[in-house]
Amino acid sequence: MTATTTPYAELKAPTTARRLLTAPTTGPLVALLLACVYFSLSTDQFLTGGNFSLIVQQVMVVGTLAIGQTLIILTAGIDLSCGAVMAFGSIMMAKMAAEGTLSPLLAIALGLAVCGGFGLLNGLLVQKIPLPPFIVTLGMLNVAFALTHIYSKEQTVTSLPGPLTALGQTFPLGHTDITYGSLVTIALFLLLAYALSSTGWGRHVYALGNSQETARLNGIRTSRLTIGIYTAAGLLYGVAALLLISRTGVGDPQAGQTDNLDSITAVVLGGTSLFGGRGSVLGTFIGVLIVGVFRNGLQLMGVASIYQTLITGVLVILAVTVDQISRKKAR
Amino acid sequence: MSRTTGLTPSLLRVAACTGIAALTLTACGSGSGSGSAGSGSGSVKVGLITKTDTNPFFVKMKEGAEKAAKADGVQLMTAAGKFDGDNSGQVTAIENMVAAGVKGILITPSDSKAIVPAVQKARAKGVLVIALDTPTEPQSAVDALFATNNLTAGELIGEYAKAAMKGKTAKIAALDLAPGVSVGVQRHDGFLKGFGATDKDVVCAQDTGGDQAKGQTAMENCLQKSPGINLVYTINEPAALGAYTALKAKGREKDVLIVSVDGGCTGTQAVKDGKIAATSQQYPLKMAAEGVKAVVAYAKSGKKASGYTDTGVTLITDKAQTGVTSKDTAYGLQNCWG
Repeated sequence: MTATTTPYAELKAPTTARRLLTAPTTGPLVALLLACVYFSLSTDQFLTGGNFSLIVQQVMVVGTLAIGQTLIILTAGIDLSCGAVMAFGSIMMAKMAAEGTLSPLLAIALGLAVCGGFGLLNGLLVQKIPLPPFIVTLGMLNVAFALTHIYSKEQTVTSLPGPLTALGQTFPLGHTDITYGSLVTIALFLLLAYALSSTGWGRHVYALGNSQETARLNGIRTSRLTIGIYTAAGLLYGVAALLLISRTGVGDPQAGQTDNLDSITAVVLGGTSLFGGRGSVLGTFIGVLIVGVFRNGLQLMGVASIYQTLITGVLVILAVTVDQISRKKAR
Repeated sequence: MSRTTGLTPSLLRVAACTGIAALTLTACGSGSGSGSAGSGSGSVKVGLITKTDTNPFFVKMKEGAEKAAKADGVQLMTAAGKFDGDNSGQVTAIENMVAAGVKGILITPSDSKAIVPAVQKARAKGVLVIALDTPTEPQSAVDALFATNNLTAGELIGEYAKAAMKGKTAKIAALDLAPGVSVGVQRHDGFLKGFGATDKDVVCAQDTGGDQAKGQTAMENCLQKSPGINLVYTINEPAALGAYTALKAKGREKDVLIVSVDGGCTGTQAVKDGKIAATSQQYPLKMAAEGVKAVVAYAKSGKKASGYTDTGVTLITDKAQTGVTSKDTAYGLQNCWG
């Protein structure tokens, strides 16, 4: 009895190791590493540079969407429209450029602007009316989905000009081929990670997520900040649109239909709280990689894809459970 | 108080994640055991990528492939898109299978055109790629195609309907698949060709996605629009059963002829029960089995399968019409899938 009454946790000063352990990304990182170790042991093909390059390439589209999703979830919002907005952006870029309506670079610029416009519209509706983000983006999901199918006439766009597929090209690094698009995604993750952790803007985002009212009373222009975040997310979906067509080499009206949920999955697996104010884009990067590594590793082992779905579902529930329990403890 | 209970939030996280990893281990163990022929590394690997995991047609296809893989002592890997039309899911599956070192990939493309670049990359690495059930656009993007001739499948029920209508003026409803999907277009066109009609004779055409509930809604709307409909062409039997439900609600199930394509077991039973007059049965099991055999042959001899192989289609009905070759539902139920 006497031994257990000693609050040992309080006696130790926070060491580096301890701080590492308390970081919200530690759990996901451990899960990712364990998965990697497991797959390396069970298949010969997993632990190769080519395979890792492939995994990053496979997750770059959802990864880029998930950066925008993280920003929005940090404000205690959610974006269900990201995949559909991306699909619309990509089909615009592809069709305009393939049919010669605009030069490829202008088509890309227009696609980015349109995606940013969707984000702006989401932000205005969420902030100005205001409406719940869930409802606004659910509506926008259908709007963007329908516009994609109307505009494309249900046709896949092929024969894309070079600039649209440039990011899908590779360059050699040692014995491995790296896709340019992977670098774009990684660069965006690093950029946003820096902005969130080391700038005033980043601190404002977290403050807004914890309590909009407190943030406002502290002199943060919450309205402008919120609209800015949704717009930035929209622009990120535009980048994802370009990455998508560069990866598949076609403009596909069916694209992105489950990417909204996939991006939320990545955010949650990365330790970002759906209640806002807690989390990081680096966590999201780990979350995206967890999904990518599982899918790739299980496939290499010859496990049917339905098990991948099963495992992803269990992972998400566990991640949210951990988030809830840790919240209760923190209170 | 809560602190003395021991686990900090972060430790909990780590614990949970370790649990996840453990769970994965068991899931993998059971998954690979049932999913492959259990042969050791170094044996020939064959990949099968379907549109979805859940459609009975593809479940049967997988069964056929598994059986053939076991018989030939090769390892089968399977994957599927998350939904019908999920191109990027199929692209990812192709890449992972090539990384896993498969000798050949059998694929039912969700998007005939969009899958082509990924297929070309796989073929460039010496992987034999065979399309099952659905052709790519262009068809030459894959090494070979093993599929039902959907035009023929449509023609058979068209000819049957022509004979069964016995010269009555047809008011046709067409419950189609979805815009621009070749399978649906070919069956629809084949039906009209076999019946000797044109799209002008179709008084109501609706997309159903091959879904029973949507088929029912479509038929209800068609009857609203044009009550005199007396012949219903459906893309598959779920759509046909939906149409039957709608017709029955109006008391019209006896005087409207429903014809369909697919030959699933539920659908064939519906033909036996008299809900559907006739259906063109196709053979997914055969497509997959022959696909696996072709990959094995390639692994052994280096000879690649090529061109189009028709895996056959049979008209199934219990009300045979003179001049139209058909088999009864006893045969149909023996050879059905799903």
